[in-house]
Amino acid sequence: MGLADVTDTSPAIELINVNRRFLSPDGKSFATLSDFNISVARGEFVALVGPTGCGKSTTLNLITGLGKPSSGEVRVMGQPVNGIDPRIGFVFQADALFPWRTVIDNVVAGPLFRGRSREDAYAAGRDWLARVGLAKFENHYPHQLSGGMRKRVALAQTFINGPEILLMDEPFSALDAQTRVLMHEELLRLWSQTKAAVVFVTHDLEEAIALADKVYVLTARPATVKAVHTIDIPRPRVLSDLRYQPEFIEMSRRIWQDLKEEVKFGADASEAA
Amino acid sequence: MSNIAIGNGGAIVYPPGTSDAEIEAAALRAAIRHGRLVIFWRLAILALLLGTWEVFARYGIIDSFFYSYPSAIADRLYELVMEGTDEAPLYYHLYVTMEEAMIGFLFGSVFGILFGVALGRNRMMSDVLSVYIKVLNAIPRVVLAPIFILLFGFGLWSKVALSFVMVFFVVFSNAFQGVREADRAMIANAQILGASKWALTRSVIIPSAMSWIFASLHISFGFAIVGAIVGEFIGSRYGIGFIIQTARGVHDTAEMYAAIVIIVVVVLGAEWVMTRIEERLARWRPPAMNDTNG
Ligand SMILES: Nc1ncnc2c1ncn2[C@@H]1O[C@H](COP(=O)(O)OP(=O)(O)OP(=O)(O)O)[C@@H](O)[C@H]1O
Ligand SMILES: [Mg+2]
Repeated sequence: MGLADVTDTSPAIELINVNRRFLSPDGKSFATLSDFNISVARGEFVALVGPTGCGKSTTLNLITGLGKPSSGEVRVMGQPVNGIDPRIGFVFQADALFPWRTVIDNVVAGPLFRGRSREDAYAAGRDWLARVGLAKFENHYPHQLSGGMRKRVALAQTFINGPEILLMDEPFSALDAQTRVLMHEELLRLWSQTKAAVVFVTHDLEEAIALADKVYVLTARPATVKAVHTIDIPRPRVLSDLRYQPEFIEMSRRIWQDLKEEVKFGADASEAA
Repeated sequence: MSNIAIGNGGAIVYPPGTSDAEIEAAALRAAIRHGRLVIFWRLAILALLLGTWEVFARYGIIDSFFYSYPSAIADRLYELVMEGTDEAPLYYHLYVTMEEAMIGFLFGSVFGILFGVALGRNRMMSDVLSVYIKVLNAIPRVVLAPIFILLFGFGLWSKVALSFVMVFFVVFSNAFQGVREADRAMIANAQILGASKWALTRSVIIPSAMSWIFASLHISFGFAIVGAIVGEFIGSRYGIGFIIQTARGVHDTAEMYAAIVIIVVVVLGAEWVMTRIEERLARWRPPAMNDTNG
């Protein structure tokens, strides 16, 4: 039981002095993450913002176990990452649904891969489709749905596995502004029922502030944490009016101050290269 | 209603106040008219070609000994269907050729898919074996025909072998390509959802390679027939290739053309069946542009 005690109080995600290097096409090694440290508590909602190409997707990849750090340590629930952890869920930027499967068959993919019985999986699948408001569409194929509906299928597909850690890589960036706000509300509603730890990557500061407990600003490549902003807007949050409140705008301005330099720096660096 | 006009882009322009029912009726009429016109022109071209051929051959403008002519071919076709050849009735020849082609096609595509998926999934294996596959692929398939006859005799298996090699490489390279093109986000998604390596191959990699594989099956069924017939040319006792070969021996060009007609019908039939199967399997795909606008 001693081990369980330790792991129960440990952070959901820890990256400790992580470095990640890649090879450029001409065979040179370059750093994408350098001395990267981050710790996400259980049930905490963290947003990562940073200039493009700085290493945000790379960070998420390390947490899933699909990628490995060049040095340093990645821990999930207090234990070193070793392969793909079943407690992790991932929502992608691109459409990662299986286009040849119907909506319901997409949603039950996880439970079936994990060896749950068919009745069980389909019962849970229908339940989750109802929760994201797509009960009527279970026999549609993804191409027959709108972008927002496909995202909701993707959420159901991820949430059905009951992830304790939820990684999201610009999940709503392809949606229009109104649909995006609806998706934010949907996400917060689903998340409040599970209380998973979330790492949410985005370029949209308003989105980061509206959703997260903490916003991490990363530097241009190689990424390190430049600043952490704590967002103390009480939950449950009413998102529709949030963005027009003065505190919100002030917060947005402060984070942009941090980010602006990095975006510029990144642009300068790529011009020099 | 009568002043519904065809606009610049081919789109139909309706005057304001046209009701939905009128638009639908007009669109339906336009579609039917279009369909009839297509069929008319197809038949007209066919009649023109056959008529010219017939007339040219009968008046000696082209040598009917080499080119025969449509009515003679139709006669021989009728005889072939009703009486067959001295050796066997037509259906038996057809059965022999189809058996050779089908077995070759079946094995060729199954092995093509297996090897394509295996090599597509295994970097080391594909790096090592790709050079051999390139070399084998560089061999023109028909030069193997005499060798297969020598190896497997005049019967079924020499033609099956030839059909097999005709089909295998096409299906293999498409399956390989299809596996390599499988979407990375989709693969990562399946892995995180909990797919084992085998589940990943079965429920993500193969389905996403399926449209590539099907494209190759379409082409390679024709190749399977080519394999069977070329094999029959070199040495056989039955089959459509055998009919053509015998007809050549007695300078019966009409019969050679008649045999070609038969094979064309068979290939078109197979093509049709394959398209239906593919449609059934590909219900998930968005329909190709169906806004043809009459
Ligand atoms: N597999 C790889 N091989 C080589 N270089 C890579 C690989 N993956 C990422 N990189 C490089 O690492 C850097 C960071 O990439 P990453 O995708 O993590 O950026 P990002 O912060 O997610 O950017 P964006 O905001 O545009 O999504 C980029 O310069 C990219 O070229
Ligand atoms: Mg990214």
